[in-house]
Amino acid sequence: MTDYERLLEEDYLEIAGRRFRSRLIIGSGKFKSFQENKEVLEASGAEIITVAVRRVNITDRSKENLLDYIDPNKYQILPNTAGCYTAEEAIKTAMLAREATGINWIKLEVIGDQKTLLPDMEETLKAAKFLVKEGFVVLPYIFDDPIYAKKFEDVGCAAVMPLAAPIGSGLGMQNPYNLIFIKEAVSVPVIVDAGIGSAADIPPVMELGIDAILTNTALAEAKDPIRMAVAMKYAVIAGRLSYLAGRMPKRTYAVPSSPLKGVPFKT
Amino acid sequence: MRLMVNGKDTHMPEGINIFELLERLEIKVREVGLAVAVNGEIVPKSRYKEYILKDGDSVEIVNIVGGG
Repeated sequence: MTDYERLLEEDYLEIAGRRFRSRLIIGSGKFKSFQENKEVLEASGAEIITVAVRRVNITDRSKENLLDYIDPNKYQILPNTAGCYTAEEAIKTAMLAREATGINWIKLEVIGDQKTLLPDMEETLKAAKFLVKEGFVVLPYIFDDPIYAKKFEDVGCAAVMPLAAPIGSGLGMQNPYNLIFIKEAVSVPVIVDAGIGSAADIPPVMELGIDAILTNTALAEAKDPIRMAVAMKYAVIAGRLSYLAGRMPKRTYAVPSSPLKGVPFKT
Repeated sequence: MRLMVNGKDTHMPEGINIFELLERLEIKVREVGLAVAVNGEIVPKSRYKEYILKDGDSVEIVNIVGGG
């Protein structure tokens, strides 16, 4: 057991009664191949991976399937409703995802606008309510709005997943204050989903006490996705340990680190 | 008969079931990774052989792909 494993031994992420050691969740979109995706998953240490549901191409059927590469018994598969613009579409997609995977977890995503891919919170909440009643473990992708975050918790969502910046933008965290407010407003895990650009963007988010990070594009579009996966694995651990350790206060002026007394040659 | 399969107008023999449709489309029935809905309603895999399709039915056949 390594030093950090010992420090984090009792510090697990718990979602809907399932415990995870890793606080990094990765996507499976835009990788060069299923093989690369698999290697990234292993390198990242992530235990949860998102997937999407799409029509089978009936004129050009690839014989390979993502689930031939990622073992659902080893990893928690988290199907999404990406591409849905209404609660109704998202509900139907979630139902298809459950039938296709046998998994009742859903990353609920109801997009409001093609250009920004920001969530339509009203439709997302409507779909969340319905899917919770249908027995789904619902993890909604939401705007960084603490008032809405509480509403999602109240309707029974297993976690809330506010953005750090728009999907695929790689801008990094834009509003730490809203994320702090969300963390204070809800008791379910807060997972920052979307906006991470590189491993360096992760520790500042984790230092706020955010429970986990979900990222896809920053891995898939890295020059070397496997190296980035390793960097992110440690970035999440660094941020988490730093949060648990508690940072020093910020000060305007300098404070010496060495004793003021006994400086040689002083008269 | 005519079926809408994944949004495409498709001709199929009268009275075929879902299992036969998938066979004709050369789609492997996988326990994990495949789902079918007819006219918006999900059909469980256990019912593919007994579910007879009708003219004008809209069939969605989906699988799991990479996504964020």
